[in-house]
Amino acid sequence: MSLADNQTLGTAETRDEDEIRRARAARMERTAKWALPVGIMVLAIIGWGWVVAANDIPHYILPGPDRVWDSLVNDWAILIDAAYLTGWITLLALLLAVVGGAGLAILFNQSKMLELSFYPYAVILQVTPVVSIAPLIFIYVDSKVAGMLLCAWLVAFFPVLSSTTLGLNSVDHNLRDLFRIYGANRWQRLRYLQLPSALPYFLGGLKIAGGLSLIGAVVAELVAGTGGIGSGLAFRIQEAGYRLNIARMFAALALVAAMGVFIFAALSVLSHLLLRKWHESAVSRET
Amino acid sequence: MAVRHHETLPLGQRPPLLRLNHVDKIFGGDVVALRDMTLQVNQGDFISLLGPSGCGKSTALRIISDLMHPTRGRVEWEGHHGRGDLGVVFQEPTLMPWATVAQNVWLPFRLAGKSYSEVKDDVLEVLRLVGLEKFLNAYPRELSGGMKMRVSIARAIVTNPRLILMDEPFAALDEITRHKLNNDLLKLKDQIGCTVIFVTHSVFESVFLSDRIVVMAARPGRVLTELQVDAPYPRGEEFRTSAEYAAHARRASEALKEAMGEPA
Repeated sequence: MSLADNQTLGTAETRDEDEIRRARAARMERTAKWALPVGIMVLAIIGWGWVVAANDIPHYILPGPDRVWDSLVNDWAILIDAAYLTGWITLLALLLAVVGGAGLAILFNQSKMLELSFYPYAVILQVTPVVSIAPLIFIYVDSKVAGMLLCAWLVAFFPVLSSTTLGLNSVDHNLRDLFRIYGANRWQRLRYLQLPSALPYFLGGLKIAGGLSLIGAVVAELVAGTGGIGSGLAFRIQEAGYRLNIARMFAALALVAAMGVFIFAALSVLSHLLLRKWHESAVSRET
Repeated sequence: MAVRHHETLPLGQRPPLLRLNHVDKIFGGDVVALRDMTLQVNQGDFISLLGPSGCGKSTALRIISDLMHPTRGRVEWEGHHGRGDLGVVFQEPTLMPWATVAQNVWLPFRLAGKSYSEVKDDVLEVLRLVGLEKFLNAYPRELSGGMKMRVSIARAIVTNPRLILMDEPFAALDEITRHKLNNDLLKLKDQIGCTVIFVTHSVFESVFLSDRIVVMAARPGRVLTELQVDAPYPRGEEFRTSAEYAAHARRASEALKEAMGEPA
């Protein structure tokens, strides 16, 4: 760039080259953030189609993307019903995980004795793989829906419990002293100090719980099988597998993945909305 | 006017407010944080507790604010002492980040069960006193360090406390902001006539602000001596550059040196 160019730039606007470069880089990154993953997906699908066609792979072993798409369109009625069921179980389990996890965290926080008594069992429930508990649950719980909810809840409540517990205990010490000096009672301390302090931690746990409740719901379906309550996506995957309808397996799998992404995105938006005014994690995103 | 003005009498004529009577604080059975501290605080005093780290300044404040009980000795208040009679400013602004400036200042009232509309005038008035009336609805993260500290001060004075405790409130601020806040704190004291105990590491801050400097020594934490700075308030820039100020600062420095265990 010549000197003359520099001078015209300098008079035309007050931004120097560094800033223009930085702005360009920021613009590129904003585009690349969605364009690159989409590009990768398109490439993968093209590559997949090519591998299937070039090697003449039979569709009952690996269907091409076109067949999966056809299945998605043709079996939409079946799949969307299944997605509704799985989605409902997931959301209800997540809701129960929030109520149970946050409720237990508050209870534990209010009573040290309760925490000492029951926290270890919460950990044991968490570290025991749900797949191994699920068959037992379906022996004792008659209702399939209740059993599935219980499975999904078991996996999902712990992150909410542990992160909320951490949050309730992470109150600024000076603020705690200030509340004591002003004679705050236990309820005021919880409501005006501990719950707001715990909110960012709770929301972090919630994001993890969202993914886990979907996993719990899928595992529960696989274990429960069908029992006259309609069938969820996981059951559809299993069933299609028995029939060597691999295309439908992929289609159902795509829906499960989409559901997981949707839950994560929705919870991220919720978290941002609740924290954007004051919390650092939400602030840095704006600038 | 909701915030009362208290008349400040000359040193020696002020009615008593609070007395620490031979107070000891011992941690874990053998660590003596404070030994035999006796201090009478009178209405209108501006007392600095000046001393090195570990001299028990903060322990003394915690005992006065009833966050800690003395191992031996007593804290005796003159007359009724209850909720809202004490205002506290910590080294950190200690604001609730999820609450606006106005909500933060409302806190002492809120904990006493008063609605915002009941005390709105008081909140507005103290914010005006600290020069933040335009920032009612700002969140703490939007404010500078000095502004946050002003909010903290506003919160401490909003209940008309009998005593304000300040634990190195300006130590974490830059020199220019600290200078400004020292001036403004004295202006505020003139306006409302409050009683203050101010913990500091800084000789200059203690001489500029206070009329009584209690010099403390460490290991074990104890009161070494008390100096009086009898320069009249209001004190301004001319006081900072006066020979009187320099003389007081020299005396306080010498006392502090002695407190640190060095020959004066």
